[in-house]
Amino acid sequence: MTDPIIRLSGIDKFYGDFQALYDVNAEIRTGEFFSLLGPSGCGKTTLLRTIAGFEDVSAGRVEIAGQSMENVPANRRPTNMVFQSYAIFPHMTVAENVAYGLKARKMPKDQIATEVATALKQVGLEGYGERASHAMSGGQRQRVALARALVLKPKVLLLDEPLSALDKKMREQMQSELRHLQRAVGITFILVTHDQEEALTMSDRIAVMFEGRIGQLASPQELYRRPVNRKVAEFIGVMNFLDVSVRAGTAGTFDCEIAGLGKAVVPAEQAPGGVDASVTAGVRPEMLTILSGENARSEREASGVVEDVYYYGDMTYYDVKLDGVDHPVTISMRNTAGRAVLSRQDRARVGWGAESVLLLK
Amino acid sequence: MKSGKWFKLYIAVFLVFLYAPALLLPVFAFNDSSIVSFPLKGFTLNWFNVLWETEALHEATKNSLLIAVSTAIISTSLGILAARASSRYKFRGQKAVMGFIMIPLVLPEIIVGVSLLVVIVQMGFDLSLWTIVLGHVLICTPFCVAILSSAFLNLDQSLEEASFDLGQTKLATFWLVTMPLVLPGVVSSMLISFTISLDEFIIAFFLAGTEPTLPVYIWGQLRFPQKLPSLMALGTILLILSLTLLATAEYFRRRSARKTGIEDAGGFL
Repeated sequence: MTDPIIRLSGIDKFYGDFQALYDVNAEIRTGEFFSLLGPSGCGKTTLLRTIAGFEDVSAGRVEIAGQSMENVPANRRPTNMVFQSYAIFPHMTVAENVAYGLKARKMPKDQIATEVATALKQVGLEGYGERASHAMSGGQRQRVALARALVLKPKVLLLDEPLSALDKKMREQMQSELRHLQRAVGITFILVTHDQEEALTMSDRIAVMFEGRIGQLASPQELYRRPVNRKVAEFIGVMNFLDVSVRAGTAGTFDCEIAGLGKAVVPAEQAPGGVDASVTAGVRPEMLTILSGENARSEREASGVVEDVYYYGDMTYYDVKLDGVDHPVTISMRNTAGRAVLSRQDRARVGWGAESVLLLK
Repeated sequence: MKSGKWFKLYIAVFLVFLYAPALLLPVFAFNDSSIVSFPLKGFTLNWFNVLWETEALHEATKNSLLIAVSTAIISTSLGILAARASSRYKFRGQKAVMGFIMIPLVLPEIIVGVSLLVVIVQMGFDLSLWTIVLGHVLICTPFCVAILSSAFLNLDQSLEEASFDLGQTKLATFWLVTMPLVLPGVVSSMLISFTISLDEFIIAFFLAGTEPTLPVYIWGQLRFPQKLPSLMALGTILLILSLTLLATAEYFRRRSARKTGIEDAGGFL
């Protein structure tokens, strides 16, 4: 494997008495699409700005391409940023905006013109060069900001919530375009977002942050299937939590008695954070099944009452109150041909398996 | 709609009261009589000729222009520094400092004039045009800070960060990004401080040495009734000049606002 493009070691950041980052350690691989995901105020933007050079670190170090970034200001770092507000210079045309960084590098004029044209083509704005930048739409400004940064061929492109100002349809389109663009240019992208769906669909790897710390750094699949704790599990997708009593079983397994579901033997790798008295059982909605019809069978069965039904066309979401549990669990079912949709107050048989249970602290 | 009629009448009376005296200036400036009163006697350009031939008036005008231009440049420069600092950085004692900068706005000019006179004389400096500039900068700076603060606050901070991020130095960023975007505010600031300085009387009266400014000169001439019509002519010239100035500045402000798509960049009209 190649060396990481960015190495963050032991980063603390203080604003006066307030600590925004606590001992952040991470390695970002060359050429990957990396996301910093977390609720607002978790320190993800602060971390991005320390990489860009807009914020000093209080302790620890930032290395980019093997070079320490200590005392290297933002204008001499091999990173470029796409700002949340896009920060397009309103008094310049689109082409002047894109040429801005090249002019700062004192590139010859005719070469600038070629580079600008290439960059605009890359983001789908061919022929827009002479437009006034303030007359562009939100999505177009976004592309100008991308072109302006990419034309400098940075080692790392930093994106600070670039899609949050766009409407839903435009956002989805830009998500796939960003992904394609990243593959095409082969530059490492670091995306800051609070939208877990966006992070899951776009990233190679994701760092989930809470209160200035990285809670988990893993691939989207790993994050969804093996969240290390309850907090991460709650933030990524939907997770049902049930009380559980655990005893150590044979050969590194745990004997569990899960409220509403029943007994199960859970292997140790399904308890990524270890086991103690605070542990709860987590089950994803799609890991539970509503058994309909006499012949439907499952490895294990529980039962409950349907409290609410949310019909989405392709999917139906049920809130089911399992017998002996006071809060409902969410169960998602694909509406395949011939599968009946239950109604409120129906009794439901719920199928589940031990392999879908996580023990989380 | 009876109340609507009364409201229109009120507006009409209000406007007449506000502008009629100023409109009388040109009327009497062209009136062929040394007594300023109705009925009018006939058309003449004589009063403008008198202005042309009065050397002392030319000196006073030159003094006033020199003072007004210097004041506009100095107080706007100071205003840029203060407005930029207060809108970008948080520092200890910020509110107090900004408060002290703004106080001359409400301080009676007579107090500013007297106290400056005492200090300058005590320190052993001679009164000159530059002591007047000093006083005018003091009273104009708060206006400049107020106008420029709104210009700087309307400027998205990430624009400057983007310029720095794209490889420019902080100084180049200021000239290439910050200044062009706050320029309408800078023009407004220069214009208003120029205007304030040009017609300021009290401070100029106290701090003037042997060289009077235009308002001080006019005040001196009011003792002689036969000079009154020529002062009317002078007033007419000043009126046209300042209207032209304002219109030009506003034209440029709107043009640049249209060019950048920024709605309010610190204009005051």
